[in-house]
Amino acid sequence: MSDREAILARVRAAIADVPAAEAPEFDPDRAEPDARYARTGELDPAARLALFVERSGDYRAEVTVCAEDPAAVAAAVAAACSRHAARRLVVPAGLDPAWLPPGVEPVADDPPLAPAGLGACDGVLSGCELAIAVTGTVVLAGGGPAQGRRAVTLLPDLHICVVRGPQIVETVPEAVARLAAPIAARGAITLISGPSATSDIELKRVEGVHGPRRLELIVTDPSL
Amino acid sequence: MTPSGGFPVAAREAVADSQLRANLRGATHAIRDKRAAAVAEVADWQELREAGRLIKERAMRHLDRHLEALEAAVVAAGGQVHWAGDAAAANRIVGDLVAATGSTEVVKVKSLATDEIGLNEALAARGIDALETDLAELINQLAGDTSSHILVPAIHRNRAEIRELFLRELPDPGELDETPGALAEAARRYLRERFLRAEVAVSGANFGVAETGTVGVVESEGNGRMCTTLPRTLITVMGIEKVLPRLTDLEVMLQLLPRSATAERMNPYTSLWTGVTPGDGPQEFHLVLLDAGRTNALRDEVGRQALHCIRCSACLNVCPVYERTGGHAYGSVYPGPIGAILTPQLADLDQGATLPWASSLCGACYEVCPVKIDIPTVLVHLRGKVIRREAGGGGAEDAAERLSMKAAAAAFATPRRYRLAQRVVLPVLRLLTGVPGLARIVPGPLAAWTSVRELPEPPRETFSDWWRGRS
Ligand code: SF4
Repeated sequence: MSDREAILARVRAAIADVPAAEAPEFDPDRAEPDARYARTGELDPAARLALFVERSGDYRAEVTVCAEDPAAVAAAVAAACSRHAARRLVVPAGLDPAWLPPGVEPVADDPPLAPAGLGACDGVLSGCELAIAVTGTVVLAGGGPAQGRRAVTLLPDLHICVVRGPQIVETVPEAVARLAAPIAARGAITLISGPSATSDIELKRVEGVHGPRRLELIVTDPSL
Repeated sequence: MTPSGGFPVAAREAVADSQLRANLRGATHAIRDKRAAAVAEVADWQELREAGRLIKERAMRHLDRHLEALEAAVVAAGGQVHWAGDAAAANRIVGDLVAATGSTEVVKVKSLATDEIGLNEALAARGIDALETDLAELINQLAGDTSSHILVPAIHRNRAEIRELFLRELPDPGELDETPGALAEAARRYLRERFLRAEVAVSGANFGVAETGTVGVVESEGNGRMCTTLPRTLITVMGIEKVLPRLTDLEVMLQLLPRSATAERMNPYTSLWTGVTPGDGPQEFHLVLLDAGRTNALRDEVGRQALHCIRCSACLNVCPVYERTGGHAYGSVYPGPIGAILTPQLADLDQGATLPWASSLCGACYEVCPVKIDIPTVLVHLRGKVIRREAGGGGAEDAAERLSMKAAAAAFATPRRYRLAQRVVLPVLRLLTGVPGLARIVPGPLAAWTSVRELPEPPRETFSDWWRGRS
C-alpha cells in the first residue's frame, strides 16, 4: 500500500465516529449566533480611508494622502523618492505612466530583470489589488495590473505603493472575498502590513529585515 | 529527542537556570499583555474563536475528503503532491527532490513540521546543507541550539550572546555593535546572498486550502517571501492537519492568528500561492503531506482537537509552568500547553508520557487559544489514558504516584502552589470515568500529592490571589 493510501485509510478509520451526513465545512452564512462574526464593514468611504491611513501608519509605513489625480500621485512619488534619495524605480507592467514624476528613471521588468538587477534599483513603484482598513494591509496579486511578479516588489529596498481610495475595503473577510478571482487565475497573493520586521532579539522590534526596509504608501482620496 | 529523564529532569535543570527564567518571564509577560490589547480591539473576537474552532473541527472530522481535494487542486494548478506516512518517509521524499535538482544547499523558512521530523539532519546526512533563514532560527542554528519558543525561538539568548555568536560564525560580520538593529542588518547581509543563489527552498505551511490548492506562509521578516519567491524549486512540508476546507476559512484564520501570535492586527507578510504561476516565483512546487502520528491523535475523540492548533503560541505565554521551565524542558519541538497534549499523542503515548502532568490545569491556555482548544480537558483525559496504560500490571494509584510526583515536583518550586492550584481543577474531576479510583487520583500531581502524603491545608489565599501575586 502506498503512503497515500495508508494515510487516507488511517484517517478514515480514525474518524469512523463522524456521522456521514455531517456537513464537511463550516459555512459562515449559516453559522449559529455564537460563531457569527462580522463579515462586512460599516464605515463610509471617507471613514474607511481614514482608518486605513491610521492603521497602516501604526506599522511605520510612511503614508501620504493625495488627490485622486495622476499629477498629485506623481508629486507624492517625487517626495517619497527624495526622502530616500531614490532615482531608479522598477515599474511593473500596467502602471499608469502619469504617476512617474520627472527626474525618476523607470526601469521596466521586461524582459524580466535578474534578482541582482532588481536589488540594484533604488526602489519599486507599484499599485495594489486592494487594501484592508482594519489591519492597515496592502494586498498584491501577482500578475495584476501595476503589481508585477513577486520578486519585483520584494528585492528593492524601497517599496512605494499607490493605493487608490476605492480599493480600500474595511474588513479581512471583504478582502478575502475579493481574492477568489486572482487566486483562480493562479496569481500569487502577498499581504503586506508595514515594512518587514523582527522581534527575535530580546523582543525589540527592528524594522526592515529581508523585504523592502522602507514602505511608502500613497493613498488617493477621491474627495480631495 | 526527549532529554533523558524526560520533562521532570529537564524542567528541574531549567528552573535552576536563572538567566533563562528571567528572559522567559520578561518575554512571555510582554507578549501576553500586547496580545490582550490586540484582542480587546476586536468586538467579535469570541465569535471568531468559535468560527475558528468549527472550521478546524470540520476540517479534521472530514479530513480524508479535504486532503483529496487539496491534492487535486494543487495538481490542477501545476504543483505535485507527495504523501509521507512518517518522518523517515518525508525526509526521504524531500532529500530525493533536492537531489534531483542537483543542488547541495537549500534555504529554509522556519517550520515546526520540518523540525519535528529532523529534516535538516537528514539532509545533512545526504550532503545537503539546509540554511535556516528566520533570524532566531539562524541564531539557533549557528549556536547549535534548539528552539525554546515556537514563535521567538531564541528567546533564551540576549543580545551580547548573539553578537558574540555572529562575530564568531558569520563570514564577514564587520564592525558589529550589539543593538538589535545592527544584528539584524548583519543577518540580512549574510542571508541575502544565499537567497539570491539558492535554487531550492523548503518551507512549512500555516495552511493549505483544499478548495483552491492555495498554500500560505505567515511571517514577519520577509525570509518567507524570499524563500517562496526566488528559488526555482519550492518544497513545502505540511502536516495533514493544516488543511482548511474553504478559501473563506482564511478570513477567520487571518484574523485570529496574527493577533494571537505577535499581537499585531496583521503580521507584516503573508504569502499565498497556488501551484505554479508561469513566469512568477518557483516553477516547480512540491507539497509533502505529512502524517507522522497525526492520525494517532485523530483516533482519540477528545484528544483530536490538539490537531486544531494554529501554532500561535499564545498558550505558552500565559502558562505558569512554561514560564518557569522554558521550551527545552518539554523535549519536543512543540513546547508549552499545546506540546503537552500534542507530543504524547503524536507518539501514541510512547514518548512524552509525563507531559500531561506538566500543567497546573489553571485554564489560562484555553482562555487565550484562538481556536478554543480545551487543553485542560485533554490533559486530564491523557493523564487517564497514561495511567490506564501504566497500570497494566500494578495499581492505578501506584502509576499515578510514580508519574505525577516525577513530573510535578519539577515544574513548580513548592508543593504548596500545587495545592492552591488544585482548587481550580476539582470541577474537572467530573469528566473522569473508566478506571476504579481514577476520579480521585487523576488530577495527577495534585491529588496524588495530597492523597498519598497529606491532606491539603485550607489555602490561605485563593488561586487568583496567588495568580495575581505572581506578576
Ligand atoms: S493550542 Fe491554541 S493557543 Fe496554543 S499554540 Fe495552538 S492555537 Fe495557539
